[in-house]
This record gives sequence, C-alpha cells and structure tokens, in this order.
Amino acid sequence: MDVNMGNVLGLIFANMHDGSVAELTKNRTMGSILFGGRYRLIDFPLSNMVNSGISEVGVITKSNYQSLLDHLGSAREWDLSRKKGGLYILPPFGNVESKLYRGRIEALYGAMSFIKHSMAEYVVLSDCDIVTNMDFKPILSQHIADGADITMVTHTGVYTSDDIKHSTVVNTDDEGNVKSVLIQPDLSGTCTASLNIFVMSKKFLTDMILDSIARGNISFEKDILQAKCSELNIKTFEYSNYFSKITSVASYFKANQELLKLENARKLYLPKRPIYTKVSDNAPVKYDLDCCVKNSLIADGCVIEGEVENSVLFRGVKVGKGAKVKDCILMQGTAVGDNSEVSYLITDKNVNIGVNHILTGAPSYPMYIGKGASV
Amino acid sequence: MFNKKECVAMLLAGGQGSRLYALTQTIAKPAVPFGAKYRIIDFPLSNCINSGIDTVGVLTQYQPMALNEYIGNGQPWDLDRVHGGVFVLPPYQKASGADWYSGTANSIYQNMAFIERYDPEYVLVLSGDHIYKMDYNKMLAYHKAKNADATIAVLDVPKEEASRFGIMITDEDDNIIDFEEKPKVPRSTLASMGIYIFTWSKLKAYLIANENDKDASKDFGKNIIPDMKNAGEKLVAYRFDGYWKDVGTIDSLWEANMDLINPNIPIDLYDPAWKIYSRNPVLPPQYIGSDAMVQNSMVTEGCIIDGSIEFSMISDGVVVEEGAVVCDSILMPGCVVKKGAKVEYAIVGENSVIGENAHIGARPEHIEDKDTWGVAVVGHNINISDGSVVAPKAIISSDM
Repeated sequence: MDVNMGNVLGLIFANMHDGSVAELTKNRTMGSILFGGRYRLIDFPLSNMVNSGISEVGVITKSNYQSLLDHLGSAREWDLSRKKGGLYILPPFGNVESKLYRGRIEALYGAMSFIKHSMAEYVVLSDCDIVTNMDFKPILSQHIADGADITMVTHTGVYTSDDIKHSTVVNTDDEGNVKSVLIQPDLSGTCTASLNIFVMSKKFLTDMILDSIARGNISFEKDILQAKCSELNIKTFEYSNYFSKITSVASYFKANQELLKLENARKLYLPKRPIYTKVSDNAPVKYDLDCCVKNSLIADGCVIEGEVENSVLFRGVKVGKGAKVKDCILMQGTAVGDNSEVSYLITDKNVNIGVNHILTGAPSYPMYIGKGASV
Repeated sequence: MFNKKECVAMLLAGGQGSRLYALTQTIAKPAVPFGAKYRIIDFPLSNCINSGIDTVGVLTQYQPMALNEYIGNGQPWDLDRVHGGVFVLPPYQKASGADWYSGTANSIYQNMAFIERYDPEYVLVLSGDHIYKMDYNKMLAYHKAKNADATIAVLDVPKEEASRFGIMITDEDDNIIDFEEKPKVPRSTLASMGIYIFTWSKLKAYLIANENDKDASKDFGKNIIPDMKNAGEKLVAYRFDGYWKDVGTIDSLWEANMDLINPNIPIDLYDPAWKIYSRNPVLPPQYIGSDAMVQNSMVTEGCIIDGSIEFSMISDGVVVEEGAVVCDSILMPGCVVKKGAKVEYAIVGENSVIGENAHIGARPEHIEDKDTWGVAVVGHNINISDGSVVAPKAIISSDM
C-alpha cells in the first residue's frame, strides 16, 4: 500500500536507556553517544525518518542535552531546517505542564502541545538505542492495513540473557497479535524483542497519554503494552534487516566492531538512504611514512603515523610514531603518543594518551577512559 | 546603508581551463576535485570567509552546472548570509543586448551593478585556479596603509622559474614601476599571483574606459593594470611568502596535490583556525581492509581500500580492490580501481572505472625516452576495460 509519509510525525526519545551505558552518557544523552567513526546514535533514527519521507520530527530530551543541541543545531544536515515541519527540540520545562519526566508517558505529556499542534495523522516513536537503516513506510503501511492501535517493531532471534535483560519481550499469535508482554525479563534463547520503535495514530497517542496521566500511569511498556495487551489491538512488525542494539558498553563495543565487516557496513550505509550527521570540515586522513592500517574505519581529520588494526577511529584522532592501536574505539580528538600500545580500549572525546604507555582491556570488557582524560 | 560592505570579492571562474584537457571537458576548472576532499574553488572561498569577506561574486561562463550545484547557497563556506553571501554570476541578457564575458575585465564590467549594491570601498579580484591560504584582510590593510589605487599580490620565485610568470618590477618601496608577461630574461623575481585589490572608484572608471575602447581585449593583465600604470595611479606589490600554486596544467595540478603530502611544503590543512571548507558528500568513514597497505597518502570519506596506496590523493567514495596498486596518483571522487590494476603517476577523473589488471601510466625511471613520459590522465566517467594499457602522458577522454 502506498502511504503518505508527509502525514507522519516523528518523535525521538534522546535520553531513554541512558542508564544502560552510564559511562558514555555521563556527559551526554543516549542520542548523542558517538558511534561508527563519525556519527551520533540519534543520526540513525533521524536519518531513517528523513529518508522515509517524514519531515516533522520532535526530539524529546530530559537532561545532559548540551551535546545534543550542539550536534543537531538547526538540523540543516538532516534537511530538517524547514518552514513547514522540520526539527523541534523538546526539553523539559518547555511549557507550564512539562517537567522532568519519569517515564515515556510523562515525557510525551510534556510534549503534548507540540504533538497536538502537528497536523500529522500518524506518529512514529523511536529511541536511540538501535543502529540500523530502517524504512518506516512498510511499517506504517502494515499498521494501516491491520487497523492496529499500536504497531511495535520487533525482532525474533536467539538472545543471551545479557542481550535481553534491558528489553521488552512479546509473545504473539501466528498473525503477529501481541498476546503477552514481559519487561526486562531474565530469559535467553529464541524470543521476540521490541526494538523500541512504535507506530500509532496521533489520536490514539494523545488519548492514551491523557488517559494515562489521569490515572497516574507513567510507563508505556508496563501500563499500556503489558496491562492492556488483551484489550488493545497491538501488532508486531517483524524486522529482519541488519541492526545492532546498544544495551551496555560491551554491546556498544561490539556494534562498532561489527562495522569492520564490510557486509554489515553495506547494510547500514545504503547509497540511496544515507545516514546524515553534523559536518565538521576536517581535512582528509593523512597516512604517514611507515604507518600500517588494517581492517579499520577511519574518519576524516585523523593523522596516522603508527599501526592501527581492527579499530574505529573518530574524527581528528592522532596515532603517533611507533604506537600500536589494536581492537580499539578512539573517539574524536583522541591522541595516542609515540610508542604507546593500546588494545580493547574505548576512549571518550579528547583523551590524551602520552608516550610509551601500555593500556589493555579485555575482549569481553573493554577498558573505558572518560572524556578529556590524560594518561 | 544597511547593505554596505567595505570589500567585495569577485572570483574569476569563467575560463575553460583548456590545459587540463579531459578534466575540464564537462566541468569548469574551479570545480575540478583537488586534495582528496576539496575542489579548487574551496581555497579562495575559504580564504574569503576566513579573512572576514562575506560577499563574493563568482563569475562563471564555461560549463557552469557542476560549479553552480557545488556552490549552491554557499552554506558549506558559511557564505549563506542575510546581507551578502556568495552569488554565482553568469552572463545575462540586458535591455541593451546580451554578451558573453569577453575578458576578465569585461566580466567585472558586466557585473558592476552587483558590486554597487554593496557600495564597497574596495574590490578584491581573485582567480579560481590557485591553491594557497592567504589572509586577504592583511593585504587590504596594506592597500589602505600604502594609500594605493591597486595592490597586486606577488610571490618571490626562483630566478630560473620567473620566466613562467607575469613579473612585477618594483622600486625600493614596492611601488610597481613596470611589468612584463613571461619575460625571457626577467628583470625581477616578483611573480604576480593573480590576486588584486582595487579601490573601487578607480577600478570602475578604468573598467568603463576600457569597455569604450573597441580595440581593447577587456583583460586585467593586458589592459586595466597597464592603463592604470600609464595614467600614474599608485600600484603597489604585496609580498606573500606562503605556499601558492597555479593549478592550470596537468603537471601543476598533479604537483600541487602531491605537495599536500610532502612534509617539507608549508600548506597545513589541519589548522583549526584556517579550515578549508568543502561541500560534504554524506558518506561513512573510510574503510581500510585487512590486505590493504596505505602510506604517505591522503584518503577521505566513503573510500573502501583493499589494495596498496602510496604517495597518492584518494577522493571520496573511491574503491581500490584487492591486489590493485595506486602510486603517485590522484583518484577523483567515485572512481573504482579493480583487482590487479596498476595506476602510477596518473590522474583518474570522477566516477571512472579502471578494469582488472589494467595498467595506467608508468614510473619515470621505467621509461628510457624521458620526453615520452608524463602524468597519464583518464577523464571523468570513463571505463577502461580489463587488461588495457594507458601509456604515460596519454589523455583518455572516451572509453577504451
């Protein structure tokens, strides 16, 4: 079915799941976590919305949002600097009713005037914990064809208990009707997990928010999906394209490393559906005499004089002479001094590692060095 | 007046750039890719904004589409302004008739109305084919301090190279007393860099006079500057001592690219205080594969490198497959070098494909007759079939 995506409002929750990667969200929102060499996590849902034809997007944020505001700016890079629609940032205390929210329902209630003001008929809601290149058109199309109240995007696969402990898991019948909902269960094996992306009509959404607030309900997952799954028509949309879900520092590390396999990167970076991000006008990467780089993603502005293997280097990273970088994620502005050797390391922005140091994390538990630290 | 600007820049970007052959067959010279992620015009545009000059007219005539699209509203250079900004100025039809730009001076003459809108004291005239970083504001301060009518930026070049340039002869105060174009026996080593600042009221008068002279060639170097000198106007030389290169020929384009990876050449693209801006292609970071070898090179976004690269400039979205070798070469955006191909001392244009085991160019030490050696050029959107050989110095402008 051909759907009119001009009739859809996007809502992105920038702070949901902040706690699951507490180290990385110390100075920022989940949405502004750096990812994949030159992106921030919010670039994925935002680009997916734009590439699906959504031109009006609200970003709901709560705390630590300076980096988010800096990143999004006027939203021109996502083509969302518009007269009609465009990007709206919705911080707490934006109006008399909005305060620091406790759950998704209160967050939406704080954005109520924005949602009401939109002329859209449908709403796509997304968190920032899924890295994927997703087209929302078939999801909306299925939602309308099914006449569902809520369509939730899910993936059925084999999960470990670590993977699933931050997720919402659903049981469905053969038609994809949700029959029961488990929140952050202690499970492993094959199950159907929510990707925290939902589609509903604007009317359903606003009625649900007002009803929930009146009853003192604050959790969308617990008070709506779980409590009302037999009374509402909740459908799943089974998503089988490439994605990774960030639920911990270890899964963050793994999700970055997965992009070193070209077959994964090619599923994420589609030429016709590019992932947009803030442009920072760095010079090209300079590879020096005697440098050696293997199986790595390197962003512009890096200067490499040493060895780099199986690593993701963000913009403006410097690797000194004789330095060895192996299985690392080095964020923007990190400098590795001459003859230092680092492995299984995640450095936050502007970390400075001096000369002749050896720093090693474990494959299952990479070492994390906080923003601006000097070693 | 609200719109008043002290200095307006006029960038001459209309020339065909015929000495770049296949590389300028479909695009104007200022739009030719340069330095892995830039186009030539990024340098003067970035210099303008970094110097605080926010009103720039770009005079175009030859194959303007790529250039128009590239410049757009000027946002990548911070030249999308409420007052001023960048404007692409092609020739246009007037009540009195329509004319192509018949020379550099004529192109400015035809756009006097544009300049007058901003009521400037000074006009900066730039070329769209030079690579350099320069603070025009310092030159403007010099122009004002010298109370000059025209200031010409000059570079002190080695004596043996002076005969390739327009040479300025100056007195002890750097007043220009004479000049000569590509002299066999140069009387000075101060070469004109093609960067001029004029006091606008003076320039305007000379442009009008030149236009009324039916026999004049409507050119700055041939008419305006000599006319001003002969009339006794104050012409001064402004000495620049940084890196500057004209990239009007295949060899100089190749050399200027290689200069960026030469540690002894003083042009720094990594200076945060003087960034060179460019339009971003929206591509993921470059991927360097497990079998790749990259040294002494610059590589940018969207590239997938599985082969070997040395002493080369690799633009956005280039793919170099396993076993392919690229040495001392320039690969422009989107080109593909297939398995086992070898590219040496060559420039490969945008979106061209070098087939498996093809061999483009050669190292000079492998050629006996040095006269037959030169940088090989493959134009834009060209397919070179598997196993083909492109000789050094060859210029390929159709599929083979």
